[in-house]
Amino acid sequence: MLLRVSIIVFGLCFSFNALAQLEIQVTRGIDNPTSIAIAPFAWDGLGAAPEDFAQIIDSDLARSGQFSPVSRRDMLSLPTRAEDIFYRDWRAIAARYLVIGRVSKDAQLRVEFALYDVERGIQLFSSQVVGPEFEARMIAHRVADAIYEKLTGIQGAFATRLIYVSVTRNPDGKDFYRLTVADADGQRPIVLLEGRDPILAPSWSPDGKEVAYVSFESSRPAIYRQVLSTGAREQLTNFRGLNNSPVWSPDGKSMALVLSKDGSPDIYLLDLATKQLTRLTRHYAIDTEPTWMPDGKSLLFTSDRGGRPQIYRYTLATGKVERVTFEGRYNARARVAEDGRNVALVHQRDGRFHVAVFDLITERMTVLTETSLDESPSIAPNGSLVIYATKRGERSVLSAVAVDGGVKFSLPARSGSVQEPAWSPMLFSW
Amino acid sequence: MTTKNTLGKAAAVVLMAALVSACSSNAAKEEAAAQAAAERAAAEQAVAAEAAAAEQRAAEKEKAMRMAEKREEKRRLMDAASAAGSVFYFDYDSSTLSDGARAAIDAHVALMMADGGNVRLEGHTDERGTREYNLALGERRANAVRDYMVASGVPSYKVETISYGEENPVAYGSGESSWSKNRRVEIK
Repeated sequence: MLLRVSIIVFGLCFSFNALAQLEIQVTRGIDNPTSIAIAPFAWDGLGAAPEDFAQIIDSDLARSGQFSPVSRRDMLSLPTRAEDIFYRDWRAIAARYLVIGRVSKDAQLRVEFALYDVERGIQLFSSQVVGPEFEARMIAHRVADAIYEKLTGIQGAFATRLIYVSVTRNPDGKDFYRLTVADADGQRPIVLLEGRDPILAPSWSPDGKEVAYVSFESSRPAIYRQVLSTGAREQLTNFRGLNNSPVWSPDGKSMALVLSKDGSPDIYLLDLATKQLTRLTRHYAIDTEPTWMPDGKSLLFTSDRGGRPQIYRYTLATGKVERVTFEGRYNARARVAEDGRNVALVHQRDGRFHVAVFDLITERMTVLTETSLDESPSIAPNGSLVIYATKRGERSVLSAVAVDGGVKFSLPARSGSVQEPAWSPMLFSW
Repeated sequence: MTTKNTLGKAAAVVLMAALVSACSSNAAKEEAAAQAAAERAAAEQAVAAEAAAAEQRAAEKEKAMRMAEKREEKRRLMDAASAAGSVFYFDYDSSTLSDGARAAIDAHVALMMADGGNVRLEGHTDERGTREYNLALGERRANAVRDYMVASGVPSYKVETISYGEENPVAYGSGESSWSKNRRVEIK
């Protein structure tokens, strides 16, 4: 069994970059994206700046599809202080907003930045982000988050991460699997686990410090949890039959998962402190793919108890099961947005499998994609985007689409397939 | 008197000698008889041993023949099982065994009943639909084969099932020609 658990040390994984690196291509933006100029940030430290902060912020805002950043080549001046700003330089190139900033370094990196309304000629906002130098990119993403929130009213989710499974075909024709964590822009990929055996269903702990997944490394499926910062991991279940779909409860104390040890696949609850296992559903049909409502009081799951896979809801207090989706022959693998209202799922229409959003209040199903073999939707923690896997030829690639259907971009890998994306929660520590 | 006595003594000696000689001749006879008996016994034993050896040889020969027959039977069953194939295919979103699959599984069951062997059944699906639901679907397919085997008399502990869902396709590419090859249970 070829298998390695990589100890995660930032910056020590260059060898994996070429394989696991994702490139982002915006394939569809909104009709009138807002023009914004991010002037290059000043660097007050010794040597070269660790990152091109303005460039990272520029890419983040461009990827949102809602902004159209001004090219640096078109800028008539490059101010880094308020007193250096000449609004006419920015009006001349039709920039609606301007961001300037300075980066300094003592024990930590400090990015001070300000946002200006070019049209009105006023400063809208200024702030700073401080963090360790090895998190320079994350610091830049947080600046982008702050600017995005100021201009859209929606919390930014650029300073988040993704886990996904990449699969490459070895020369012997055998598949090779890698569980990878990367920044939300696909940069800084770090391999958490690799080997010849399938890895699937990765999910995040609510604090963003751990992941859980299914690995076949013991020649049977088993559920593991793994700490990102140390690589330490623990096998949680290894029962006869399926061990699948681990999802942390919102309070982080328990995990819903799927076992078939008692016959057919059912949803179980595992108390992570006591390791006590409680069976939630009890049905001879397939019950799988649990996902928590944000309040932790109920779970959505997929069941074919009605003959075809549909989404059902299980309420923990009462044990009551009710059917949620009725439209179409196939609705599966739900993920609920933080608002507790939008549910991303896989929906079959005319024989094709699309990512759709189902509104739990209006019960409206909105298909977001045109591709036909979409799966594994995962919603950004600010509820704005759904990332999912789809087929492009024989390869699986990641794509993202706005929940309102507007913006769309893809994250193809340079080689191999990328599948099973899971978007992290908001990350509050480095 | 003395002479008479002497004569008497001599007579007694002669008598004794005769007696002794008679005795000694009796002992020799007995010895001979015993020897003869022993020889007879040995001969009988030899005959019996010969018979036993012959019987054993016959038994061994029979056993060897039976083994050969068994081997032959097993080879025949193995050939039949291998001719039947170790991959069974399924319709889309179905875990129903086709008649062909049942006949093929019968051949494997016959072999398992003969040699008492274990099997591992690996369930697979095509790429359509979600990975985790497909894991459950692959298990349902493997279980359908297992249930049929158990109903045919195979002890359930001799059958292990595992599902890989859509993770291990044999045919890559999207389309029914690939999908139909991937919706399968493999006997390992």
